[in-house]
Amino acid sequence: MAPVPSSISPSDTAWPAFVAIAAATLFTVVFMWAETEAHVFAVIAAGAACAWAARRFGVYARAARIFAAREQVLDWGAIAGMLMLLAAFHEEHFPLLMTATVLLYIVACLGLNIQFGYAGVLNFAAAAFFGVGGYTAAVLVRHTAIPHPIVLLIGGAMAALIGLFLVLPVLRTRGHYSAVITIAFAILFRTFLEVNDTLGGPQGLKLPALQVFGWNFNRNFEIAGIGLSFYVNYVLLALALAAVAFALTRRLERSWIGLTLDAVRLDETAAACFGVHLARWKALSFTFGNFMIGVAGAVYALMLGFIAPSNFTFGDSLIMVSIILLGGIGNPWGVVLASAIVVVLPEKLQLIQEYRFILYATMVILVLLFRPEGLLPRRLRVYFPGWSPSPK
Amino acid sequence: MTAPLLQLKGFTRAFGGLVALDHLDLAVAEGEILGLIGPNGSGKTTMFNVLTGIYAASEGQAEFQGQDITNLSAQAVCERGIARTFQRSRLCLSLSIFDNIMIGKHIRLDRGLVFNLFRRRAFAAEFEAAFAEAHDLVRLFDPPLADRMFESIGTFSMIDRRRIEICRALVNRPKLLLLDEPSAGMTEEETRQLMDDILTVKTRLAGLSIVIIEHEMGIIERITNRCAVLNFGRKIAEGTYREVAVDRQVQEAYLGVE
Repeated sequence: MAPVPSSISPSDTAWPAFVAIAAATLFTVVFMWAETEAHVFAVIAAGAACAWAARRFGVYARAARIFAAREQVLDWGAIAGMLMLLAAFHEEHFPLLMTATVLLYIVACLGLNIQFGYAGVLNFAAAAFFGVGGYTAAVLVRHTAIPHPIVLLIGGAMAALIGLFLVLPVLRTRGHYSAVITIAFAILFRTFLEVNDTLGGPQGLKLPALQVFGWNFNRNFEIAGIGLSFYVNYVLLALALAAVAFALTRRLERSWIGLTLDAVRLDETAAACFGVHLARWKALSFTFGNFMIGVAGAVYALMLGFIAPSNFTFGDSLIMVSIILLGGIGNPWGVVLASAIVVVLPEKLQLIQEYRFILYATMVILVLLFRPEGLLPRRLRVYFPGWSPSPK
Repeated sequence: MTAPLLQLKGFTRAFGGLVALDHLDLAVAEGEILGLIGPNGSGKTTMFNVLTGIYAASEGQAEFQGQDITNLSAQAVCERGIARTFQRSRLCLSLSIFDNIMIGKHIRLDRGLVFNLFRRRAFAAEFEAAFAEAHDLVRLFDPPLADRMFESIGTFSMIDRRRIEICRALVNRPKLLLLDEPSAGMTEEETRQLMDDILTVKTRLAGLSIVIIEHEMGIIERITNRCAVLNFGRKIAEGTYREVAVDRQVQEAYLGVE
């Protein structure tokens, strides 16, 4: 791993960073605009060519240096890029639905990343916990008058609670036994939903609109005479959630907790000899992660307005795990990039939609073979970006 | 005479029919360096593992500072003030020097969720203090190493890794340090340097006791006050290096009997 430069020389201007952000935004917009298969492939090819050129002429390296030294540039740049995307598609339902789905996947996979990427607790039931959040929200908005923002939090709490009961007995053991439990849960969860009539059985449940402080999320609206799709509401909500989840994940990683979770993952024996209570930390990461997954699932259910067991299959759980592997285990930016690729690509390539599992499998195998640390490998921990020891 | 820091009485560990540690009686006085020697498989590392809670004792008792610590969990043993290194380095290679040393300081760091996530100013203060302490500790061993605290362990040589491992064990200010063959895999010159380091550190950290497992007799002679010799899990001799070196049983254990 290359050391991260703690400062940049004044001669480095910031323009490569802005060019990189603008180019990525432009690429995403054009990519989502492309309709026919031929156009989609052409856009991918053009994007790849630009990325290669950026690497070749050092723009990429300079941008990466600036991002490492001043990460707010990338943080706010990404948010600005998302808002541009929102502006570009402000009245088109489908691209906005996709964007919001990507953002909710980011939230869920950041949760999974805390479990798997930091503490090393494998969770093959992410989609099931996503579903717990979704079904909890469905039941609560249908049958109670609890304000919806609180419903979202309860969705997360339910996922966290069920996860905790599920794995607490095995977290005391060593090794990957908890992974087996989660596989069983992922498979049983769907069967449970299908035979449970109160939860709608195989047909699923319909949900009323999400209301926050009297604002109905499912109504198209106008600002200054410009018509906006109601999905703009969901994109903004999902963007806010993703930003919070991202900030929390990064702070967690840059703290003693992140370090402790690394120690638990890397060497249980050594960690125990330095006083680390393994089960406690695994349980913490599992609960924290499932809470994020559950909240994302609750928003997802309300956004779709309709949920069924087929939304939360074991296959979907595997897709979430493959997002972590593809992006780079432990790197939140990797989660962002991989979520976008994995959610959007099959939607744009109708040709391969039926074979999307083959596509994912191929992607994961290729990444593991040629870039085992993922597209964006995790860097060494930096507790405070730009901090360097004061000279004595 | 004051009571010993650590006292083992009839300390035994059997794996099925194999008795790896057989009714060992041993005492470690405060401030001394005790060498633990013996052929491969004589039970030295097992003694460390049972003492630090990795294995349970089959029989016997361990007392530390007058309190029974037999079969406490690894975490509880750490909290009593016993730290160790491992025969095969157990550093986390994908982490920096600083991170590895901070793992050793785990029980003294604030692990609260609110503190770590939301009170970043307070966290920054604790971080600065922890960094200064780790920095000073590494400087005791090797000043150049202290300037590379945020580099990945994977890039360092064996001797530097050992130094970091010992720093990780010392950062918690333990009362007893268990060193499991620190010279393994190092050249003679590196070993000599490392022993210098250990002696320097020992003089700076007053009252620290060390138990060191070693095969190199030169090291034992040079740095230990006293040593105990194990063979097939039993203690066959105890005394200063000069005393045990001439012991007939010890010579037989190492050289075999005609």
